[in-house]
Amino acid sequence: MTIKTYRQALHDTLREEMLRDENVFLMGEEIGVFEGSYKITAGLLTEFGDKRVRDTPIAEEGFTGAAIGAAMLGLRPVVEIMTINFSLLALDQIVNHAAKIYGMFGGQAKVPLVIRTPGGGGQQLGATHSQNIELYYAFVPGMKVVAPSTPADAKALLLAAIRDDDPVLFLENLALYNTKGDVPDDDTPAEIGKAKITREGHDLTLIGYSRMAYVARNIAESLAESEGLDIEVIDLMSLRPLDRATLVESVKKTHAAVVLEDDWLTYGIGAEIAATISDGAFDYLDAPVRRVAMAEVPMPYSKNLESAAMPTNDDVVNAIFQTLEAVGRRLKKVGQSHD
Amino acid sequence: MTVDSLRTAKPTPDKAAVAPSSTKAVAKKAVAKKAVAKKAVAKKSPAKKAVATSSAPVKAGATKAAARRTATKKADSARLVQFYRDMMLIRRFEERSARAYTEALIGGYCHLNLGEEATVVGLMSALRETDYLFTNYREHGYALMRGIHPNHAMAELYGRVDGVSKGWGGSMHMFDMTHRLLGGYGIVGGQLPLATGAALAINYRGLDEIVMCTMGDGTANIGAFHESLNIAALWSLPVVFVVINNGLGMGTTVAKASAEPEIYKRASAYAMASERVDGLDPVLVADAASRAIESARAGKPFLLEVVCERLRGHSVVDPAKYRSPEEVALVARLDPVPALANRLVKEKILTAAELRHIDEEETARADAADAFARASAVPDVSTLFDYNYATPVANDSRRRPGDPLFPVVARYNVEVAR
Repeated sequence: MTIKTYRQALHDTLREEMLRDENVFLMGEEIGVFEGSYKITAGLLTEFGDKRVRDTPIAEEGFTGAAIGAAMLGLRPVVEIMTINFSLLALDQIVNHAAKIYGMFGGQAKVPLVIRTPGGGGQQLGATHSQNIELYYAFVPGMKVVAPSTPADAKALLLAAIRDDDPVLFLENLALYNTKGDVPDDDTPAEIGKAKITREGHDLTLIGYSRMAYVARNIAESLAESEGLDIEVIDLMSLRPLDRATLVESVKKTHAAVVLEDDWLTYGIGAEIAATISDGAFDYLDAPVRRVAMAEVPMPYSKNLESAAMPTNDDVVNAIFQTLEAVGRRLKKVGQSHD
Repeated sequence: MTVDSLRTAKPTPDKAAVAPSSTKAVAKKAVAKKAVAKKAVAKKSPAKKAVATSSAPVKAGATKAAARRTATKKADSARLVQFYRDMMLIRRFEERSARAYTEALIGGYCHLNLGEEATVVGLMSALRETDYLFTNYREHGYALMRGIHPNHAMAELYGRVDGVSKGWGGSMHMFDMTHRLLGGYGIVGGQLPLATGAALAINYRGLDEIVMCTMGDGTANIGAFHESLNIAALWSLPVVFVVINNGLGMGTTVAKASAEPEIYKRASAYAMASERVDGLDPVLVADAASRAIESARAGKPFLLEVVCERLRGHSVVDPAKYRSPEEVALVARLDPVPALANRLVKEKILTAAELRHIDEEETARADAADAFARASAVPDVSTLFDYNYATPVANDSRRRPGDPLFPVVARYNVEVAR
């Protein structure tokens, strides 16, 4: 085990995979000379050269599609799209091509492609640079979408994604890059399609992914201390495929669930989680499944409006308390700020 | 040359991809007569020079040279006959598929190569077997010329298990890794970034292969065209982009859609070499394609514009009412198939009877393909989720419509009254 930031874990994993397999190469805007907008690829151009660390023009459709074409011929490109907002420019290549090629041609061509891209918000970047649209990709059969929330999971899922023969959208998060944690030194990949119970509990199931899985853990720990609550936390890890069984088994035990998501409420990831719980644990639920998501507005620039649009710790705690009250549980105290 | 000897030159349909390559050795010395075309403007090219040289006066006593010329002429004749046979196969195959479509045996969209046969066979004859082709949704002829058996192409149109894409792709999405047809693509422009990436993979591995990427004239106006040409030129990738300019993007003319209607000129924006060629003459197309491919193989991507005609509507169901009777008549007069037939007779390469014989043989192959497709099985419903993922994954959803997420009872077998 080594303590690393999420950023360092990604960097080191990319490097190790490039050393392990010469078919692995990197493409993206500003990943070489500039060392990446978020410095994930720092130093790799110097170490591996411009054949394997390829700066691209600002042409998301062009270079993402080129990565797909290279993958069809057996290379293992890892594409960086600077933020997930810009992936919209490559939507046709990702949805109509990467996700379709294996099935549409009857299994004749694989697309071992990884698209790394951070979501985020809360950095005063305004409406076009603060979105969390991973749902667009999680919606599409043929895609795999993973969203690690810790440095260790970032490594394990990136290993899995690079070694997988299908297109994987690897969701990072601007707010997680500087978070730290223990990272195993061995190279055991995670299993895509599996969620993880990151805290066991009996009072309520709190579900999140990416940044919101991190938030969920922290709040659960905080409420354990301050309120004596015993909350179970699930990190989805994989948005497609979705590990429904783990969610349902947890809710059968806790009888209540709150879903945290950084995307928009209506039709969001949380809606799918709520439907899953409704289907699989209907008779066990003692309260409606509650969702905490982004306010449904184009993200404003002004800090106070932006903060109001994003889920805060207090929003989450309120949702938890209200759900527990609906269950019938009497809480010791309500109203202490957790932000 | 007799028809019999031609048959031995092209033994079985399965080896169709091999056969045209045997004529390739002499491609550069081909004597090409310029076909009549309403708008074709071939730029100055080595092929033209070749024409001039080979028609120069013969020096007396140069028996070796004379023998060489005889051999060249013979090879040129064989090449023309092969083109004719290939064009005839495409013609009859497409007519057969149009019929099956109107009989509702083929579903979805069905875009035909009718009128573009000379372009298709010319382009495909210039590729090596190891080269790759990415194309769009008007690709039946390309699939046949890459060496895919007509039976498997037709079975794909019928959506059967013996289809080249196992019934998953249909008319627009034929694919065969063995024959290096890396897809028909249904999204206009979608194939360009992919082809660029395939060329990147070739470049990455230091191989001698190239990628050809064909598209329609309408594609020159989409973003992926410009992004791909830029990247290909920037990174010196071995790719030839071919615009098949049949004058119409569905029903919209090139003049109405392209600010620069001479599409090959757009390559200059990417410091890329380009050329425009008459697509009604397979020899001119093949020679231009060879030049373009040679350039790409040397790491200089190329934009080739091939000007041809679309005999029918955009797809089988399109009556093309937007074309005037005069235009329809003109297009019919420019039909490259009878044009090549006339040339073969005029140059005394084939007799009318031999032409007929080729037609009968290719018609029989198209009919056989149709019979094969009809007899092929439909994919079993149990295979519905077979191609979800190449790497098996936990919790892959394999639910049929209406299935609960967590089934507690077996699926009822109920007949719903309709």
